[in-house]
Amino acid sequence: MIGILASVIDGVLVGAVYGLAAMGLTLIWGVMNVINLSHGAIIVLGMFVVYFLTGATGVSAYFGIPLVLVVGFLAGIIIYWVSVNRVIGRPILMSLLATFALNMIIIGLGTAAWTTSPYNVPVSLPGITIENYTFTGTHIMAAVIASVVAGVLYLFLHFTRPGKAIRAVASNRDAAELNGIPTRQVLAMAFGLGVALACVSGALIATLFPFTVLSGGAYQLKSFVVTVLGGLGNPAGALLGGIALGMVEGLATPFTPVSWTPIIEFGLFVLVLIAFPRGVFAFTKA
Amino acid sequence: MSGSVSQDVAKAGTYKPHRSLTDEISRHVREPFPWLIVIFTVAVALAPVVMDDVSMRESLLLAAVYVILASNLNLMIGYAGYVNFGNIVFFGLGGYIGVYLATSWHVNLVLAALVGGIGVSALAYLFGRGILGLRGAFFALATIGVNEAIHAFVTNFEPWGGATGIYLSMDAYEPLGGPMNGLWICYFLIVVVMGLSLLLSYGVKTSKFGLGILAIGQNEDAAAVLGVPTPRYKAIIYAISGFFPAVAGGLYFFKSGIIEPNGAFDLTTSIEAIVMIMLGGAGTVTGPVIGAFLYEELRGFLLFSETFSHLQLVLAGVLLLIIVLFVPGGLLGWLRARLPWLRKWLQ
Repeated sequence: MIGILASVIDGVLVGAVYGLAAMGLTLIWGVMNVINLSHGAIIVLGMFVVYFLTGATGVSAYFGIPLVLVVGFLAGIIIYWVSVNRVIGRPILMSLLATFALNMIIIGLGTAAWTTSPYNVPVSLPGITIENYTFTGTHIMAAVIASVVAGVLYLFLHFTRPGKAIRAVASNRDAAELNGIPTRQVLAMAFGLGVALACVSGALIATLFPFTVLSGGAYQLKSFVVTVLGGLGNPAGALLGGIALGMVEGLATPFTPVSWTPIIEFGLFVLVLIAFPRGVFAFTKA
Repeated sequence: MSGSVSQDVAKAGTYKPHRSLTDEISRHVREPFPWLIVIFTVAVALAPVVMDDVSMRESLLLAAVYVILASNLNLMIGYAGYVNFGNIVFFGLGGYIGVYLATSWHVNLVLAALVGGIGVSALAYLFGRGILGLRGAFFALATIGVNEAIHAFVTNFEPWGGATGIYLSMDAYEPLGGPMNGLWICYFLIVVVMGLSLLLSYGVKTSKFGLGILAIGQNEDAAAVLGVPTPRYKAIIYAISGFFPAVAGGLYFFKSGIIEPNGAFDLTTSIEAIVMIMLGGAGTVTGPVIGAFLYEELRGFLLFSETFSHLQLVLAGVLLLIIVLFVPGGLLGWLRARLPWLRKWLQ
């Protein structure tokens, strides 16, 4: 029994990181109605930034997080002006394809540069042991950082002028423009923010598990599941959704072979999509 | 894209709503376009025979499979306006059913492939009634989820060989008169499926049912208000768009001699089919064909070139981005906007 509980708690810790990744996706989706299919590639970008940073300077991966945020934000703004700006407001297929094209470009360049062999970021942190069950230090630290970043995002969106501008554009772009908000720039900023969140979650995942250039796909799909669980454009819901997904994974691990986890996840995903198109944790009307 | 489709809708709208089947057929026989499809299909089938060139057959076979995938996906994306990212699930599942029946039960290959097609279409219809209630991006995501769930399921499904898949022995080709003959027969069958896919695409576009589908693609709410039974039509077009890819999957994987989950449910192939549609022109019959052949050529060139083999994915991505940002109508949309007489000849 305690084994299952430990497995669930560990799932919750990892789930917080999934939640952070999904927050980046849901922010962009909610603000500009664009599903960022380069999300997975960007998560991988975050992994490699932290890998090369720790390799080059020898500092702990956690000190690299602010730098990852900045790099991600700038990359996001560039991506917005290159590929997203022209497809905003066009049929959904166009934005899906534009971001997917970007995904192909990033993955292709990444494969050429770093091949598809596995990498890992060595981090040593003492864990907490309770009755034979050890909660890894890296998992706890990742969950704490993910929660802090999520909290800061919440404060930013609700208590600063740029944050309020993002929410205004999300709720009605024309009205925001009429009130003097430069909506193009706000969209670019929101996109940059979403990409920065994805990068940070990638950096945190890199401290938990080994990764390759192609790892992004799995985390992108998890982000979709979380977004659907948490409700569209709802960052707080995304964190809850991530924790819920982590719990499901933690619950499933002791009972089923690992190879069955995707079936459970995607089965859940499709069922939730059909049953709750607005999201399970969508408390407020999106 | 939307401009050309709306004009096609206007054109199709001038037909009388009630026609007998013989009227219907004789009307099509007088049009030049179905004959172009037939001539094209025969030409593709005979080209490698006349040239006596096996490597040409292999590249034409791949192109034909691409045409089948792109043309049937175009029914969903180009006509109904629903983005199906997981269309490869039809191909993979049909392939598994076909290969399994042909090897473990020694069912005739054509029959096995047809059973695969019917089974997949029936599943798609039932499933479509559920997930087609989702609009736009949610539907696109659900189709990815369906593909990944079935991929994970087949990987764990022991009767179908789990993660290693099903290998065919040489004996499997005996009913077709040995492996050499078998490969040619598979080629002809796939080319026939390609021709039928194109006729289907043309038939749907010019039928009353197709008019309803195109209306859904333009504005689903307006279509529903005007009396198009949208949930049923969407499920039917979803099921139809799965039939020929599933049949082709059975033939293709039988011909390859192996089927395994990562090859059968590869999401990248799904997206490549979308690239082909965009390249040629969505919502047209000819566009996906042009796109599929161009993409096959391009892919071959990139894979075998010294400089570009590592950057194949990058160049395909750049190409897709350029099309999406600057030429959303694809090659055919671009041409038809400049040369209006092409409309009669290239639907």
